[in-house]
Order: sequence, then structure tokens, then C-alpha cells
Amino acid sequence: MTEVRETTDAGIPVREIYTEHDVVPGLDERLGRPGRPPFTRGPYPTMYRGQLWTMRQFAGFGSPEEANERFHFLLDRGQTALSVAFDLPTQLGYDSDHPVARPEVGRVGVAIDTADDMADLFSGLPLDRVSVNFTINATAPIILAMYLVAAERQGVADEALAGTLQNDILKEFLARKTFVFPPEPSMRLSCDVVEFASGRLPRFNPISITGYHAREAGCDAVQELAFTLASAIAYSQALVARGLPFDSFAPRLSFHFATTMDLFEEAAKLRAARRMWSRIATERFGAQDANSGRLRFFSGNSGTTLTAQQPLNNIIRSTVQCLGAVLGGAQSIHVMGYDEAFEIPSEEAVTLSLRTQQIVALESGVPRTVDPLGGSYYVEALTDEIEARANEVLSEIEAIGGAVSALERGVSQRWVAESAYRIEREIAEGIRPRVGVNVHADPDDTAVEVPELFALDPSIAERQIARTAKRVAARDQGACVETTAAVEAAARTGTNVMPSLIDAVRAGATLGELADVFRTVFGEFREPHPW
Amino acid sequence: MSPPRVLLAKPGLDGHDRGIKVIAMALRDAGAEVVYLGLRRTVPEIVRSAIDDDVDVIGISVLSGAHVALAADLLRALDHEGLAVPVVIGGTIPERDAAALGDLGVAAVYPVGTGLHEVVAGVLQLASRERVQR
Repeated sequence: MTEVRETTDAGIPVREIYTEHDVVPGLDERLGRPGRPPFTRGPYPTMYRGQLWTMRQFAGFGSPEEANERFHFLLDRGQTALSVAFDLPTQLGYDSDHPVARPEVGRVGVAIDTADDMADLFSGLPLDRVSVNFTINATAPIILAMYLVAAERQGVADEALAGTLQNDILKEFLARKTFVFPPEPSMRLSCDVVEFASGRLPRFNPISITGYHAREAGCDAVQELAFTLASAIAYSQALVARGLPFDSFAPRLSFHFATTMDLFEEAAKLRAARRMWSRIATERFGAQDANSGRLRFFSGNSGTTLTAQQPLNNIIRSTVQCLGAVLGGAQSIHVMGYDEAFEIPSEEAVTLSLRTQQIVALESGVPRTVDPLGGSYYVEALTDEIEARANEVLSEIEAIGGAVSALERGVSQRWVAESAYRIEREIAEGIRPRVGVNVHADPDDTAVEVPELFALDPSIAERQIARTAKRVAARDQGACVETTAAVEAAARTGTNVMPSLIDAVRAGATLGELADVFRTVFGEFREPHPW
Repeated sequence: MSPPRVLLAKPGLDGHDRGIKVIAMALRDAGAEVVYLGLRRTVPEIVRSAIDDDVDVIGISVLSGAHVALAADLLRALDHEGLAVPVVIGGTIPERDAAALGDLGVAAVYPVGTGLHEVVAGVLQLASRERVQR
């Protein structure tokens, strides 16, 4: 398998050479100036010359102390912001002592049961100076409330807080699958957070609308773009339906895309994303504020492109993907650990990921000028083609009633699964090259183990359960019952849940207790059968 | 002879279902009947379905790291029911745990990176062996 494939990863045919004849007239209008609509060349006028992207490695495991230690480790090595991974019980609204939580406590992220845990998580990390990203969705309102209480205890005002709450529940139904409540009340909770934040947290992004997980679940670059924008449209419509002016919340909407191996397709996709959102903001929602159409995004490298075979090759893959994110104009970037096909990354692996970003930033010269690919015949033609194809998929989604309806019917999920199967067959049949797997594989590559894998301390669950029990015993039970009842009342009446949640977590209510309130009021969602 | 029947499910809380859905589609294309239970299934639900649907193999997928605890629970429950259906497991499974899973009685472990054909062939072989023995 040494032939060059003549189509992109998304199946777009590619010519042998591109010339000015391949670029449709009107390029100047389609590009504009960086920092100005339609933002094709970048959301800010000076891009990385003004400020490098934020290096934000996703991290967290174990108890709050262990996660806090890893945060300090990363910041000491030059990371510029934090990104918190939560364990599955926290993401799904179970305290650590819940029977289903037990085997998962502290595994894929940190276990958080109480506001005290959140305060411990950020111990020694001044929240007015460190921007924090939270990968949390179904329980995002509760986690935000705990974060605000942790900041309050540090004496940090809400206005000073910077960071991002993922809070994109639609992509949970589509791909990431940590949904709890049915789509409608889930949308309502997401929108409660955005509404609350749009008045109170001027530097904080209350939602990160995400195509990343659908891509990781198997869809292609074009579908990723269409799903993301379909979600953005659905949230915007829901918020506008509440009576919020589009310009009051749109400037704080943030986005999250994957950057995978097809370098120019990825850069073109990210350029097309900015142009498409700018048009949607103006044409559909009548944005008056230029900031409303300024798409800013976080880029995660793709874990599914990494291989268990010859794992050191993953460092090279990650470098290419980091470069793609930079050429696409990302505001913040995560680079995968080369050992993530096996375990949570070791300290050695996360350090290498951070160093990858630092080498691209400081040695490659790529950040020196804004949108260095702008004007490339190939990349401009590809950007136009991806935009056209994504618009077609978006029209298909809208024809079946938009993002929420497509998810309720399982249509979007089916597209993702079918694409994943196609990719896997292509790898198995050798059509889609994977170095070290289906081409240039080591004939005797039986031992794939990476040395020095991370190993989770098995006593974490017991320790976390004991901490929470102690804190629950020490709280003012009356205040806790009263504030929790207020959360239930807000959930039932349609009042924004955020103010009552803040009171409840301040009084010591646990994440599991508050999620149970929502379970009682909203019910739980079970995914429809995929076939 | 009726086609082999394979039960696929994700126990625990992990939501990564790309792999298990791909395996489900590939097994169906290879002629198996696939019962896919989906996400966040409890051990009793999986055991119930294994009995009701009279399956030849149970496949579970875990990418959260909780594979040893969840596989142990499932095997204990199957043993309790006197059910000798082979269990296979796929996911983010380091080699140090593959041996432990084998000791527990897991019939095959397919860590991330296992080829699609290898998984399908392995599951079908277990299923046909099961058919012959019955």
C-alpha cells in the first residue's frame, strides 16, 4: 500500500494540481480580513502574533487531591490553562458511594461529590488567574454551581472567572453518551446555564458546542461541521424563544472541533466553520454585534487515530494534528498522550503532549503570520467544497426538524455509526492506511505494551466515599433540605435552576442528591435501539 | 443450522459505543444474529437477556478502565445461574489486565488495536463451538 489516495478522509475528490481556475471568483469577499466577518482567516486580527493559543491538556483522575497534583504538575511545565476531566459517576449524577459508581470512581476523571471537593480540586490555583475548562454536560449546572462556590471561598468574584463549561447536551445524545435526562429538559438545563452566565460571567463560556465527539465516534469532517452548526442553531433558537436577544448570548458561545490526520482538510474545515457560523449568525439570527458571529474554538486531537501498535508513532500523529489545529486558527488545543490507547496518559506522555504544542508554537514558525494557508488554491477550493457539502448535510438535518428531532429519531446516530463501520472496514481491508497496523507493521509485533503505564490507586473509591460521608455528617441538614427543595421547585416551575443550585451546594448538598432531584422531576432517558 | 447468536452490551457507565456498534454490524454481515442491549446495562439485565435470547456468546465492551470489576461481576452472576456461555471483552485493556481477565474465566480479550476480522472470527468460532457442544 504505497499509492496516494485521491480523495480526502471525507471522500472529497482531489485534483493532481490546483490553479487559480479552481477557485470560484469572489474569494476576497469569502475571506475578508482576520477578526472581521466572515472570519474565514481567523477570529482575531493579529491571531497568534497577538496571543498564542491556550495550551490546555485535559486532565483529572482519582480524588480531588490527586487531580490537583496533576494540575500543578502541568502548570509547572508551562501549560497555560486547565481542563478538568470528571469521572463517570460525576458526569452521570451519582455520588461515589452509589453502587453503580463503585468500579468507576476516579477512573476517567476526578470524582466530585461536594462543593468542598471542588474547593480542594483548585487548592493553590487562583481562579481569577487560571482559566478552567470543564468537560461536563448532564450535570453541568451542578458543577458550575460548585465552581462558583469554590471561587467564592477563594474570594474571587464571578466577573473574574474565565474558562469554559462544555454543557452541550445534544452531542451527548449523538455521540458522547453521558446523557441522563430526556432531550427536552436536558436542553432546558443547558439553556438555564447559558442564560444565567450571560448576565453574570462575562469572561466565561457557558457552552462549548461540539462536533469533536461525533467525529471520534466515527463521522467525517463534513458531518462533524454540519452536526456542530445544527446544534448551535438549536441552542440559539431555544434561547431566543426564551426572549433572550441573540446578541446577548451569542458572543459567549464557544465551539469544539476535532483535528485529525488529513492536514489540509482539517484546516479547511475549521476555516469553513468560521465562515458558516458568521453567515448563520447574521442571516438567520440577525446579529448586529460582530462578536456574535465570531466563532472561537477549542481543538482536541483525535484519540481514535492513535494506535496501540508501535505507540511511539502516535507522537508524530499528534504533531501533525496539532499543526492542523494551528493552521485552522484554534484558540486552545489539547494534544493526546501517545499511550492513550492503553490507559490514562502517564506523566511522561502528558509532558510530551505539552512539549509538542510548545515546539509547534515556538520553533516551527507557523504562528508567525495569520492564516498562512489563505490564498492556497487547494485549501481555498477545499474550504469552499467542505462548506457546500456541510450545508447540504445541514439542510438534510433541518428537513427532518433540526438537531433535536434528528437525535430523537436516531438519524444522526445512525449516520455516525455507519461512517464508523465504513472506516473500520477500510482499515481492515487495507484501503485506509494505518502505519504500523495495516502497512509497515512489525511482523513480530505481538507485545504492544507501553512501558510505565499509569496505574490508578485502588484505594481511591474508599477514600472518596469516606470524605463525602464525613462532610455530609458535618453539614447543616436543615439548610440542606430547604435549599434542595428550592431546586426541585425551580425545576418544576421552569425558573432558572442556577441560583437555587448555588444555595444548595453552598449548604453542602451533594451532586448525587441534586441529580436525583432532576431525575425525579424530569425522568431518565434510555437511548432508542440503534437498528 | 440456525445462525450463531451473540449478545452485545456495555455494562457500567462508559458511553464509548463506536467499537461495539462496529462489531455488531460486522457480526451481522458475517451471518450472526446480534442482540445489542446498548449502554449502561446492569449485570442482571445482561444475564436475563443471555437466558431469554438463548445466546451462544456474550460480548461486553468497556473503555473506562472498569473492565476487571465489571467482568468479574458478570462471570459471578452467570456462574450463579449455572450458565456456561463464553464471555468476551473488548476495550481499553492494558496487557497486565488481560491475564487477570483470563484467570477470571473470560474466553477472549480484544484490546484496542485488535483487527476487525480477528474479533469477528474469534467470536464466531466461540459461538460455533458452543453450538456443537449443546
